[in-house]
Amino acid sequence: MYKKILEKYEPKKENLISILHDVQDSNEQNYISDDAVWEISQYLNITPSHIHGVISFYSMFSFKPRGKNVIRLCESPPCFLRGSENILAKLRQLLGIKIGETTEDGLFTLELTACLGVCGNAPVMMINEDVFGDLTEKRVEQIIENIRRRAK
Amino acid sequence: MSLKRTDVLLCCGSGCVSAGALKLKEKLLQEIVKRGLSDEINIIETGCMGPCDYGPVMMVYPEGVFYKKVALTDVEELVEEHFMKGRPIKRLMVQESEEVYPTKKEIPFYQLQEKVALKNCGLINPEKIEEYIATGGYEALGKVLTEMKPADVIQIIKDSGLRGRGGAGFPTAMKWKFVYDQKNDEKYVICNGDEGDPGAFMDRSLLEGDPHKILEGMMIAAYAVGAKKGFFYIRAEYPLAIKRIKIAIEQSKKYGFLGEAIFDSDFAFDAEVRTGAGAFVCGEETALIASLEGKRGHPVLKPPYPAISGLWNKPTLVNNVETLANLSAIIINGADWFSKMGTETSKGTKVFALTGDLNNTGLVEVPMGITLKDLIYKVGGGISEGKKFKAVQLGGPSGGCLMDEHLSVQIDYESLQQKGAMMGSGGVIVMDDSNCMVNVAKFFLEFSVEESCGKCTPCRVGLREMYLILDRITKGEGKPEDLDKLEKLGKTVKELSLCGLGQSAPNPVLSTIRYFRKEYEEHIFNKRCEAKVCPDLVHFLIDKDKCLGCGLCAQKCPAKCIIGSREEKYEIVQTDCVKCSTCVEVCPVNVIEKLSGQFDASPKQEFKKYADLYE
Repeated sequence: MYKKILEKYEPKKENLISILHDVQDSNEQNYISDDAVWEISQYLNITPSHIHGVISFYSMFSFKPRGKNVIRLCESPPCFLRGSENILAKLRQLLGIKIGETTEDGLFTLELTACLGVCGNAPVMMINEDVFGDLTEKRVEQIIENIRRRAK
Repeated sequence: MSLKRTDVLLCCGSGCVSAGALKLKEKLLQEIVKRGLSDEINIIETGCMGPCDYGPVMMVYPEGVFYKKVALTDVEELVEEHFMKGRPIKRLMVQESEEVYPTKKEIPFYQLQEKVALKNCGLINPEKIEEYIATGGYEALGKVLTEMKPADVIQIIKDSGLRGRGGAGFPTAMKWKFVYDQKNDEKYVICNGDEGDPGAFMDRSLLEGDPHKILEGMMIAAYAVGAKKGFFYIRAEYPLAIKRIKIAIEQSKKYGFLGEAIFDSDFAFDAEVRTGAGAFVCGEETALIASLEGKRGHPVLKPPYPAISGLWNKPTLVNNVETLANLSAIIINGADWFSKMGTETSKGTKVFALTGDLNNTGLVEVPMGITLKDLIYKVGGGISEGKKFKAVQLGGPSGGCLMDEHLSVQIDYESLQQKGAMMGSGGVIVMDDSNCMVNVAKFFLEFSVEESCGKCTPCRVGLREMYLILDRITKGEGKPEDLDKLEKLGKTVKELSLCGLGQSAPNPVLSTIRYFRKEYEEHIFNKRCEAKVCPDLVHFLIDKDKCLGCGLCAQKCPAKCIIGSREEKYEIVQTDCVKCSTCVEVCPVNVIEKLSGQFDASPKQEFKKYADLYE
């Protein structure tokens, strides 16, 4: 199933993290399945337990299926000073989920992240690879609305 | 690319992109095509220009007019008035109290700045190697490979006094010498782009705004130490930086700057990009190396240092992005030029990321030795919303908090360390007087608790214990012995932790206890939070004499703890209050007040209230 991805890399242990990124990105539900772990372990000739260890260590990898749009709200101090708590409250209200959960329609997962390095425009969040800064409750509403509309 | 009469430099650093720069570019292009100006006007995407607060920003040449906060609705007017009729738009220029600053060199934000590492950021298109070469790019590499021996390169860096910009400030040339001295055919250079410090974004901006300069720096370092292969380790949170550095590697391969016999010398070099996956500790060099090898990012005990036994147990040089960004300028302009800037022990310039409650947040580069006051007030434009300065956190969660009496301190490695802070990667988080320092310390510590990799006990358990004590204090359950306990624990964690994370994580707590002890004591003994931040140490009161009795607060109160009627007016049932502030926000006549301290209904306090009234 993941042969195409695996073949892009030499079967060396050092490529594990790059492979995990690719595997996760290629999955529609944004996660790494047990089957994938097994296949990678065969290809790289390392134990599944090692791979599990790596996946659980890094916060960007997930064992659990996630939404099409992973929202990562920055929880670092510069964003906190500029009111990221209010943004979090707004997101939770709009999506009706808690941190780490996925909406029923499979559209959104809400996560927190360490500093995104866009502190000059705090508070900031990242949706998949796009960064949104200078967030206000109103702007958050528009952004979520836009994604919902496009999904229809 | 043909020459056109007007060049529009549009900042497309992550800050401006997050404020909508890409949509702005699209709209500008549409408008230009619509008016048939495609042959006359160039739109150029550049890296970060610095003043992120003004984003999206742009500069229009040949005049050099600087525009801030350009909205989509401004585009039509901009093209019509400025690009067609040559009349710059005043209202989009930077203005401070009546004064208008049309071009970059007049804007106060840029006045004290001296750009070495950031020189090209915001001036060139980072995705075009030709533009980098046009600014003198790869000249330093050519000079090094054709005219200098590795030992000469190390000597010039030693003479310049350059120290590592990642945090600890270790002399760069000394690190190089260690790797150089190793007799081994296989050596590696790693560029540490795992910039995890909250509030620091200089590495991101450098990688995004001038990737070729970092690549050139890496190659100069590789030649000096005898490495043939380099890795860029960049956080996965920085997708644009990853993309740009990959483009840079491809382009320089095409131009023959990477590969075999570079500049017809014996030097061969290849570089690759590797990404992290969200782990702060991987910024520590041994953890980074473990991650590069495809493992969990656990640090290991030093020595042996990576310079002796690093990646795959080979001698490895790990340098920070900003350190590498300084190299080409030192080679071209000489060690003397560089060491003339800065102080006795800290040479050159340093990039700082200004964030928090400041008027001008953004990225700045200033000579070492500038005072905190100049950095915050002259460059940063002072505290926003006219509030008062309270504290500044230097060096992220590993650094320390300084207060107003330290504003005259010179910024260099030693002066900051003496005061209990550190240069760190250069994150400067400024806080106004609406912040509670106990809460801030707790917040930083929470970060370190979460990011601790869990390998060694002092860091894993000690930090958690410290956090629990702080949490108790902010909830009004602090005990008299807590401060001593915190200090003792903090020192233990610092001394016994294995890597830099644990060794520096207690700093925010220790420094705030040192400089804001009174505030801690207020929390512990008087159960008061003067800044009115800690929910358990504040209460709300409705001034019944002035209450209209409209009942809006009771309606909106999520805890349903406001009772009363139009006639009897309203009051808060203190035991049920969740301290959400909703009532304060909705009250049409502003008679609900947030007060410091826990609610105390004893007559004594009532008496005092009336006493205040008649003062």
